[in-house]
Amino acid sequence: MPTMNMLQAINNALDIAMGEDDKVLCFGEDVGSFGGVFRATSHLQEKYGRARCFNTPLVEQGIIGFANGLAAQGSVPVAEIQFADYIFPAFDQIVNETAKFRYRSGDLFNVGGLTIRAPYGGGISGGLYHSQSPEAYFAHTPGLKIVVPRDPYQAKGLLLAAIRDPDPVLFFEPKRLYRAAVGEVPEEDYQLPIGEAEVIREGSDVTLVGWGAQMEVIERAVELAEKDGISCEVIDLRSLLPWDQETVAESVLKTGRLVITHEAPRTGGFAGEIAAAIQERCFLYLESPIARVTGLDTPFPLTLEKEYLPDHLKIVEAIRDSVNF
Amino acid sequence: MTMTTTADIHEPTFLAGDEFSIPTFRLLQQDGTLFEGATAPELDQAQALAIYRAMVATRVLDERMLAAQRQGRLSFYMQCTGEEASVVGATAALDDADMIMAQYREQGALIYRGFTFDEFMNQLFGNELDYGKGRQMPIHYGSRKLHYMTISSPLATQIPQATGYAYGQKLAGDGQCTAVFFGEGAASEGDFHAALNMAAVHEVPVIFFCRNNGYAISTPSIEQFAADGVAPRAFGYRMHVIRVDGNDILAVHTATREARRIAVEHNQPVLIEAMSYRLAAHSSSDDPSGYRSKKEEEAWREKDPILRMQCWLNEQGWWSEDEEKALQESLRREVLETMKRAEKRPPPPLDSLVTDVYADVTPELQRQLDALKRHVRRYPEAYPKGARALDPDVQADDTAAKGEK
Ligand SMILES: Cc1ncc(C[n+]2csc(CCOP(=O)(O)OP(=O)(O)O)c2C)c(N)n1
Repeated sequence: MPTMNMLQAINNALDIAMGEDDKVLCFGEDVGSFGGVFRATSHLQEKYGRARCFNTPLVEQGIIGFANGLAAQGSVPVAEIQFADYIFPAFDQIVNETAKFRYRSGDLFNVGGLTIRAPYGGGISGGLYHSQSPEAYFAHTPGLKIVVPRDPYQAKGLLLAAIRDPDPVLFFEPKRLYRAAVGEVPEEDYQLPIGEAEVIREGSDVTLVGWGAQMEVIERAVELAEKDGISCEVIDLRSLLPWDQETVAESVLKTGRLVITHEAPRTGGFAGEIAAAIQERCFLYLESPIARVTGLDTPFPLTLEKEYLPDHLKIVEAIRDSVNF
Repeated sequence: MTMTTTADIHEPTFLAGDEFSIPTFRLLQQDGTLFEGATAPELDQAQALAIYRAMVATRVLDERMLAAQRQGRLSFYMQCTGEEASVVGATAALDDADMIMAQYREQGALIYRGFTFDEFMNQLFGNELDYGKGRQMPIHYGSRKLHYMTISSPLATQIPQATGYAYGQKLAGDGQCTAVFFGEGAASEGDFHAALNMAAVHEVPVIFFCRNNGYAISTPSIEQFAADGVAPRAFGYRMHVIRVDGNDILAVHTATREARRIAVEHNQPVLIEAMSYRLAAHSSSDDPSGYRSKKEEEAWREKDPILRMQCWLNEQGWWSEDEEKALQESLRREVLETMKRAEKRPPPPLDSLVTDVYADVTPELQRQLDALKRHVRRYPEAYPKGARALDPDVQADDTAAKGEK
């Protein structure tokens, strides 16, 4: 099996999707011959032509509005937003249009073919405007699906699933891992399920839940915790909308403890939603308060980025506090 | 209220976008002489040299800081190279108290207004003296004193803000205006169109200054718009517009001075499109060899705006080779010295993580900061900057240790 980094896996998924279905189109700022500023769309224009892989003018609301129209027509657009921080000019198109197309028309029209790819997250010295994790804004919007892969294997399988999903999908890519995460990825076509979490490590004392780039951080924390004799169960949520309550609840019923982590600020962050749902379902089984390890309730800083980020040391402290409550 | 349709027609006669093409205002040729029939603006020697110094200083700062980025001393950098005449020439035509809202490639404007190399370096290194408290990436400068709005990375957001700011200036009746800079790429954003429309409708003294440098990262302007550049859009909003050779300091200066007059005297917005070329990469993270030819770059290098102005100064008898050499050397030395100083400065205090989110730190933010401080105290080696920023004592030791190296 070949090894790929996350960008190669994403590129490979796009290549497969475009090769298989000529309705699939890739576009966005710098996406054309240059292959995107991160090179996720490299060589696609060469291979599939300028009509199917192209640069757009620099206008996010235009990119997504255009993509909505294309998807309504029956094409399968994969639109790239260069950084998740710059998705907000397209917020209206995504939240009011993408998400509500099917509902408002009684399913006369839908934009289920649409996939929006956007690199998100910190740890790259990006400061305020190249580090945000905006998933919670969108998770509040019925009608969207939100997917976040943690490694190259997941990225390829989930992206192929997103492109073929009957609903519009926001696909947030952890850019810190674009080149850093390398792993075996099958050359052939495969899909991973949207809406299903994955238990990536079994344990009995505490459940850890995260997504995307946090999974790697959680793994480092778990190694430290296990040295203390704490047995951790680790769940990658993979999809935030819809999210897999079953798998998380089942795990918490077993361990009695839950630690959730994300990079986004705490207040209104998606960890709050998970905590609320899990205490509804598992209240009598909880041995300690559900803990959140998150970014601060501030914009994302630069010089003190390391301090801001929820890292393995903050997570291991939360695990210890939870177990010793 | 009147709708101005000049005449009725009874045949379906469409007007096509390519029927418009806008001429380019030029005064100075590359050899330093004026075009026939062109008149130089009234620039005395002192102001001409101040402009030239700012252009050269911008170039020197950019070259040194890109080198520093390549050496790993700096995380990121963006150059103005090739566009110094546009930025400095426009700034010099404004009143010093006019507001400037820049995109990010306009360090020349700050240099012209007197932002010191120390001030640049503190921002670039995000140290405790950075006005932005180490929160933003390098090149996101700002100066209240110099009427230069702090840079925000999301493109084009400053354009409608400029319209609003200038409307406030009009109401205040202080005779100032706002000049807003942006690239031809950013002019595709919805914010650009919103800004021009509102400015025209509300008769706002704002100068929209488009730096058309041919590329938005890798995207050439022909993939950015089908029209003849950005300038023709002004017609749609009923606005004054001029296209100018952005490498021609005299033309840029003259055009901006006239634009300012229209803005301030008549409360009318003006669009200036300065035609130039981004000689450098988009940023230190970009490699333009992936999307454009060396030949194209070379052709533009021959139109270097700094050399052109130097030739003109020589023609005037205002500048010599010795002075050029001395200027280059002193600028280089100053950049290196200030860089060393800034590098050694400690990071901003840990408290700066939670200040300025609101006017006052909220109880929840205070709780989050306290928890973070306890955590950093427990693991000081894992957060070297945080630990240094925590206690003044730790900081002093550390600075001393670094200073010895
Ligand atoms: C809203 C938004 N979208 C995307 C970006 C990423 N980005 C930064 S600079 C840039 C290109 C800008 O080109 P242009 O406006 O022509 O200015 P130039 O860099 O050529 O000076 C892009 C796409 C951004 N900063 N903001």
